[in-house]
Amino acid sequence: MIYIITQTLNGLFSAALLFLIASGLTLVFGVMRIVNIAHGSFYMLGVYVAYTIVARTHSLFLGTLAAVSAVAAAGFVVERLFLRRFASQPLAQMMMTMGFALLFRDAAFMIWGGDPFTLPYPSALRGSIEANDIVFPMYRLFVVFVAAVVGVVLWALNEKTLIGAKLRAAVDDAEMAAGTGINVALLSGLVFAAGAGLAAFGGVMGGPILGGYPGMDLDLLPLAFVVVIIGGMGSLKGALVGSIVVGLIDNFGKALVPELSYFTLFAPMVIVLAIKPTGLYGRV
Amino acid sequence: MAEFRQIGWKASVPTLVIVLLAAVPPFLSSYWVGLLTQIMIFAILAMSLDILLGYTGLPSLGHAGFFGVAAYTVAVLATAYHAGFWTCVASGIIIGTLLSAAFGLLVSHVRDVYFLMITLALGMVLWGLSNRWITVTGGDNGISGIPRVMTGPITFYEVTLLIFIGCTALMMLFISSPFGFTLKGIRESESRMKSLGVNTWLHCYLSYVIAGAFASVAGVLWAYYNAFVGPTYLDLTASSEVFLMVTLGGPGTLVGPALGAGAIVLLKNVISAYTQRWLMILGAIYIMTILGAPQGLWNLRRRSRSRA
Repeated sequence: MIYIITQTLNGLFSAALLFLIASGLTLVFGVMRIVNIAHGSFYMLGVYVAYTIVARTHSLFLGTLAAVSAVAAAGFVVERLFLRRFASQPLAQMMMTMGFALLFRDAAFMIWGGDPFTLPYPSALRGSIEANDIVFPMYRLFVVFVAAVVGVVLWALNEKTLIGAKLRAAVDDAEMAAGTGINVALLSGLVFAAGAGLAAFGGVMGGPILGGYPGMDLDLLPLAFVVVIIGGMGSLKGALVGSIVVGLIDNFGKALVPELSYFTLFAPMVIVLAIKPTGLYGRV
Repeated sequence: MAEFRQIGWKASVPTLVIVLLAAVPPFLSSYWVGLLTQIMIFAILAMSLDILLGYTGLPSLGHAGFFGVAAYTVAVLATAYHAGFWTCVASGIIIGTLLSAAFGLLVSHVRDVYFLMITLALGMVLWGLSNRWITVTGGDNGISGIPRVMTGPITFYEVTLLIFIGCTALMMLFISSPFGFTLKGIRESESRMKSLGVNTWLHCYLSYVIAGAFASVAGVLWAYYNAFVGPTYLDLTASSEVFLMVTLGGPGTLVGPALGAGAIVLLKNVISAYTQRWLMILGAIYIMTILGAPQGLWNLRRRSRSRA
């Protein structure tokens, strides 16, 4: 029983990280229909940038801030200079992000080398919580909490603010939205930057546990994609449900059948696709 | 007269290419013979993806998966079970094709970016399996020691050439058949084909399976050529390399992707001799292709001709 509870909590931690990352992916897809292959790279770059800054300043907060803003800026530049000119050509945009994914991957290897590392734990969150024989690290709980906050903020931003209203207008009909004076191009750039920043943030949040290593970008990418496919592309609620499903299944899969751990992800995706091809909350 | 000349031109170029390919090996070093063999193997793979991407309009980002699974099948059977040559070849092709038949059921009803994402995820699942199912696949170390079945690179080259010609001919026949034309129709307008009474799901499904079957043939060849199989042959980078071969060469032409395969394999081998930065260069080629020739090089030629 304790085992199951601990594994569930671990699964929720994975789900929280996945949500941070997949929400960015699904946001970008929902607004721009871009299948962003470079999303895993943004996640990776986030961890690496944070690592460099933390090593210099010994401040996790500064590291996080630098990682998120640097990666968001990179995302903004990529969108404005390279993706915008292929608006509504999803295949060309996908290939563009693919090119950048390869570029970033090799650049990270060139700059930071191939040694794996982890980020330090924040000192306030080093311990663990004990209740009825269940020991659970504080930091993991903290990440779950942070992801919940981010989820609420994203939801509120989308539903309750003017920029959210503009965003929804652009999603529904970009041309009409532009006609009413909304700067859709700038909005798209900002959304792409936000998506990249979220991926970087997810990377930093997972940094003390998962760390950084060459190839982490492509390790994560399929997980994020499966989350988005299950939840429905473009849906924030879908990303939430999808990441909980994938986080739990991945965690139990790793614990119970480690050899097939990757394969266990396959099952929920197949079931969802068979029943509802657009994902649980996806719109056609 | 002009028409006659065109037919003559159409028939003579492939013949010339085949004669050249058959005649050159004795004059080349074994390095170049090997390189040409690689090019032909990847040309089969790229053309098989072209059936999907170029002719049916289904962008598959997991195509290296079938190539890899067929190669792994050969590797596992030949090393762990010491199966005979023909058993390995047949099993490789059959298992790769069966897998594409199974995956096809999952993907044939989705289109465009959805197809892209799902095939990407499926391809990554295969990669994950090859990487983590260590008792069978050897994990990161892959499987080495696949027995050589042919003596000398030139024999292997000739066998590959025969298979390459066979596969190319079959694919050409396939795409110029009524079935192939229906695929092009689906690419242009699926709703129109549907209203003409075409079972578009079945057409997409069969196209997917056939593409998977040809990819498996390439995979089996690769297993024997390389004598080693590892997870890197079916990861996302591998799939995106094939995708680039097709896009760079020109989707929907078959010739283009074959040339694209040649260009990428050549570049990869030449550049890898000088620098470790192959991925970066691959990424740059990707970006430049999209910026400069999004329809592929072979289609540029056609467009300039039709304009003239």
